[in-house]
Amino acid sequence: MPKEEMNKKPTGGPELSCLLPLPHHDRIVLGHGSGGKLTGELIEHLFYPALDNPVLLRGDDAAVPPIEEAMEEGDSLAVSTDAHIVQPLFFPGGDIGRLAICGTVNDLAMVGAQPLWITASFILEEGLPYEDLERVVQSMRDAADEAGITVIAGDTKVVEHGQADGLYISTTGVGRIPAGRETSGRNARPGDALLLSGTIGDHGIAVLAARGELAFETEITSDTTPLSSLVEAIYSTGAEIHTLRDPTRGGVAASLNEIARQSGIAIFLEEDRIPVRDEVQGACELLGFDPLHIANEGKLVAFVPQESASDVVEAMRKHEYGREACIIGRVESDPEERVLMETGIGGTRIVDMPAGELLPRIC
Amino acid sequence: MKYLDEYRDGALVRKVVDEIRDEISAPWTLMEICGGQTHSIVRSGLDRLLPTQLTLVHGPGCPVCVTPLETIDRSLAIASRPEVIFTSYGDMIRVPGSSTDLFSVRASGGDVRVVYSPLDALQLARENPDREVVFFAIGFETTAPPNAMSVLQASRLGVGNYSVLVSHACVPPAMRAILGWPGNLVQAFLAAGHVCTVMGYWEYPPIAEEFSVPIVVTGFEPLDLARGISAAVRQLEEGRAQAENAYPRAVTFEGNRPAQALISQVFETCDRKWRGIGEIPESGLRLREEYADFDAEKKFDVGSLTTEESSVCIAGEILQGRKKPADCPVFGETCTPEHPLGATMVSSEGACAAYYRYGRDS
Repeated sequence: MPKEEMNKKPTGGPELSCLLPLPHHDRIVLGHGSGGKLTGELIEHLFYPALDNPVLLRGDDAAVPPIEEAMEEGDSLAVSTDAHIVQPLFFPGGDIGRLAICGTVNDLAMVGAQPLWITASFILEEGLPYEDLERVVQSMRDAADEAGITVIAGDTKVVEHGQADGLYISTTGVGRIPAGRETSGRNARPGDALLLSGTIGDHGIAVLAARGELAFETEITSDTTPLSSLVEAIYSTGAEIHTLRDPTRGGVAASLNEIARQSGIAIFLEEDRIPVRDEVQGACELLGFDPLHIANEGKLVAFVPQESASDVVEAMRKHEYGREACIIGRVESDPEERVLMETGIGGTRIVDMPAGELLPRIC
Repeated sequence: MKYLDEYRDGALVRKVVDEIRDEISAPWTLMEICGGQTHSIVRSGLDRLLPTQLTLVHGPGCPVCVTPLETIDRSLAIASRPEVIFTSYGDMIRVPGSSTDLFSVRASGGDVRVVYSPLDALQLARENPDREVVFFAIGFETTAPPNAMSVLQASRLGVGNYSVLVSHACVPPAMRAILGWPGNLVQAFLAAGHVCTVMGYWEYPPIAEEFSVPIVVTGFEPLDLARGISAAVRQLEEGRAQAENAYPRAVTFEGNRPAQALISQVFETCDRKWRGIGEIPESGLRLREEYADFDAEKKFDVGSLTTEESSVCIAGEILQGRKKPADCPVFGETCTPEHPLGATMVSSEGACAAYYRYGRDS
């Protein structure tokens, strides 16, 4: 058949297109989200080998975790969900995968829950390099192993090029709260000491630096970390742990203001006691940010009775993620629910809820 | 030296505050010109450590606050145009115009981007030749040199799709206007330290002499502010009225001559309306005729603009130092940083925002 004939489109009838696309091994294509062969290949060749566990590999529409084995008499169940849209996907100290696992593990830990199972739902942008997805999923596996949690269910969708900024991940985690733990944002009370597990502002600044938005180079790395074992170390002191919170978006200022409202208390901070890395302080000065407003992804604040404070600080400092733990304030009786701070020069100021800096996509 | 920690040393600050306390024998009213100084004072709690005979009033040194409403409305109209990439420093994004703000324009699809320097905006123009890039050039003399540089570079490189929407204000004319006002209470100024890093303080001795007011160039850290206040109080107690430099590590008498030359090359002075205050002659900067091609006001015809100020906002009186934010009936009630009625609340340098964020419990 002459070449012109072969290349002529058939006239009349519907537009035909080939249903079996060429194999694409270097980038995600729309077909990977269609639930057909390509989706199957993605699951078999990428997700299953990386996340590998019996519950996940059963491959049914829903996962059936061994709940009787995991829960004990008197335990409560905790559930938390998060979406992760951080840009860029990879940054010093972590990536969106590690962030996704740690974010949800930490939310569970903040109510005293030991992490058990987690689901991961992916929205992928058409054109995402396959290698990037592999890296992210492996990172999730590593973080999950460290945290003691298992990825038991997942989903994948693919959207057109230009959406999803490469990759979004949504996670839902389940944990068990051992009987006897009463930890809630509502339980902080006058007489409590306020503890902080380490330096603040590292994550937010690291992500800004990774986006090239700092005018200088820095070696700040994100503190993205699963805090479950640090939290267990805290409980093992036997102290009453009234409140735990991990100050992510909005920083320490947002978390403390929330707790002040939830518990109906006034919180007093001492500025001099709050640990901030020099580079973070410097970046904040340049950009006009308050370190108290910057996201952290591997830190916690704890409200414990004053008499237990030094034991808890000591237990935190023995843990690799609490080496710089310290007491930074206290709760006092006060009719107003607010957060005040004694400044470095001995003055007083309010620590307000951040009004929303222009810090997009840091978590 | 870290240049920050030393100037935040609590012991040193309290020592200077004690000196002020020992020195002061009468009630004095001081004005700190710059909004950044206001914020630093309230944020560090310095105002609560000072003796009560001292009254600090907050000056109009907040460029966002004094940008005329018409200019903001003009910026919103330009930013809404599909061919425009509108660039600005972050603090302008939430400033309300008559009916909307840049944040909302962005949410509705306008291409509004925060930049940290006008040279970034110029770079954007070079990278996007099919778009018009506009930079919102607001500020006092402090930001005029980089803005001038961006226009100069655009001119030299022939970047025809770059323009600036200019709203520059100069400090000394504002000081004269405040001092000349019949009900003026201000007895000494803390001059804006960073304006002076550019301009020096050679403009101040004539003002100090004419109006018999001490003018002390002051920095921004708590120790700098305490020292500036201390110097001003000493002059007042001793009956002197001089221009003095309490920020010598950053300011010289002459200032930054090349920067001043750059400003003169690209800009010329003009009469200017200050939001909340009114027109002050020869108090603004505009692009010289030869740079008219880079003037966004001329480039974009946005039609006539009818502006509408909030009837309850007293920002003008606050900017003139006549009232404090707490005097405003809607402060912290219907007017908050999230729902600002005027620029002094939404600007990161505005007095109302400073009090709301750090000091509304007092």
